[in-house]
Amino acid sequence: MQYQVKLDIFEGPLDLLLYLIKKNEVDIYDIPIALITGQYLEYLDLMRELNLDVAGEFLVMASTLIKIKSQTLLPPIEGEGEGADEADPRAELMEHLLEYQRYKEAAHQLVTRELLEKDIFTRPQTDEPGENKGEEGVLIEASLFDLVDALRKVIERKDLPANFMGVAVEKITVRDKIIAILQQLKETQQIVFQSLFDPLVTKHEIIVAFLAVLELMRLRAIRVFQIQPYGEIRIVALANEVPLEDISS
Amino acid sequence: MEEDSRVEQTDPGKERLKCIIECLIFASDIPLTVERIKQVLEDLQPRHIRELVEELIEDYRTSPRGIYIREVAHGFQYCTRPEFAPLVQQLRKSKPYHLTQPTLETLAIIAYKQPVTKAEIEVVRGVDCTGVVKSLMDKKLVAIQGRKEVIGRPFLYGTTPKFLEVFGLETLASLPTIEEIKQLNDTAIPAAEEDTP
Repeated sequence: MQYQVKLDIFEGPLDLLLYLIKKNEVDIYDIPIALITGQYLEYLDLMRELNLDVAGEFLVMASTLIKIKSQTLLPPIEGEGEGADEADPRAELMEHLLEYQRYKEAAHQLVTRELLEKDIFTRPQTDEPGENKGEEGVLIEASLFDLVDALRKVIERKDLPANFMGVAVEKITVRDKIIAILQQLKETQQIVFQSLFDPLVTKHEIIVAFLAVLELMRLRAIRVFQIQPYGEIRIVALANEVPLEDISS
Repeated sequence: MEEDSRVEQTDPGKERLKCIIECLIFASDIPLTVERIKQVLEDLQPRHIRELVEELIEDYRTSPRGIYIREVAHGFQYCTRPEFAPLVQQLRKSKPYHLTQPTLETLAIIAYKQPVTKAEIEVVRGVDCTGVVKSLMDKKLVAIQGRKEVIGRPFLYGTTPKFLEVFGLETLASLPTIEEIKQLNDTAIPAAEEDTP
């Protein structure tokens, strides 16, 4: 069995290049392209020998370097206008490296600031809706009865065929559904309970979705509430992690 | 109650207004803006509100307190003094924002170039950025701000108010300019190997 390791130190080819420039203490404005290209290729070989996953971007950069190197070896073309300054084949790469380096420095400036939840703390923010949404008042936790009632309405509205049990359905698991709901919450912050069931067509799917909601409530990963008694039921995510590996499919 | 509605120069009225603003900042979930304060204290001019907040900030600054009011993300917010951070961390048991080097770089690119597409970020970084952009969105530091009207209509990404809050920036203009960064860069090539976990 082969293992592929992604080396994080050189996230991309530009990181490797900057590293080599720094290591050789050469001037970024005047990169000795033959030297750097040689070392770059050595690194690629080494990474491959170690069975590290060499991303395609590294190979693209390798070919760019080789191209620049060959261009620098060619004699300058004479007679092309009076401007004796032939465009430096390294210019584009240099610009790119400089720009990348600027953003690296900008990133460095960011982390040296006083960071929230590290250096500075504020009052814990509640993730409850209400603020900014113009919905006032106390949120009412939906009871199991509210949920069952809502589920009953869903099934009624669906008007499912009587022989639904006989249809072979692709088995979607509670675990799959939990993942799907969490994903949806991540994207939309809030889900209307009933809307969870809108795309579902079989009773099996509906039951699985319902069980997923119950499981998430049990794990305190979501909060199910109403704005008014007997009102629309909504779901929001709570901060708790879901131990997905513990959930039997 | 009627005296509240007038802007008074006398101290008792002013102190009371400061107390009200103090309450509002305390009770707010997010950094409280002057406009939001004005919605409560309708008769006050924004300029006047700002003066009162600044006095309040000064009051906290000059008295021996563990908390202070900081100006961040276009608003005002109570926060703990950095020197006590280790102790508050013990209470909170919170995980500080863990941002890897690639994530931070991507965040910096988005912060400076916004609104920016993923492809544009990838040009600068020279690698695929799908994972890091997603992780920044999960952390709510970055959000989709629209689509670029080019072929494929790719999403445009930008930073959120949460970004300003996490990094203690009043506005985006509080970031050092890219020109200033350039000068930093010219004087010293930043260490590429540090901050690697």
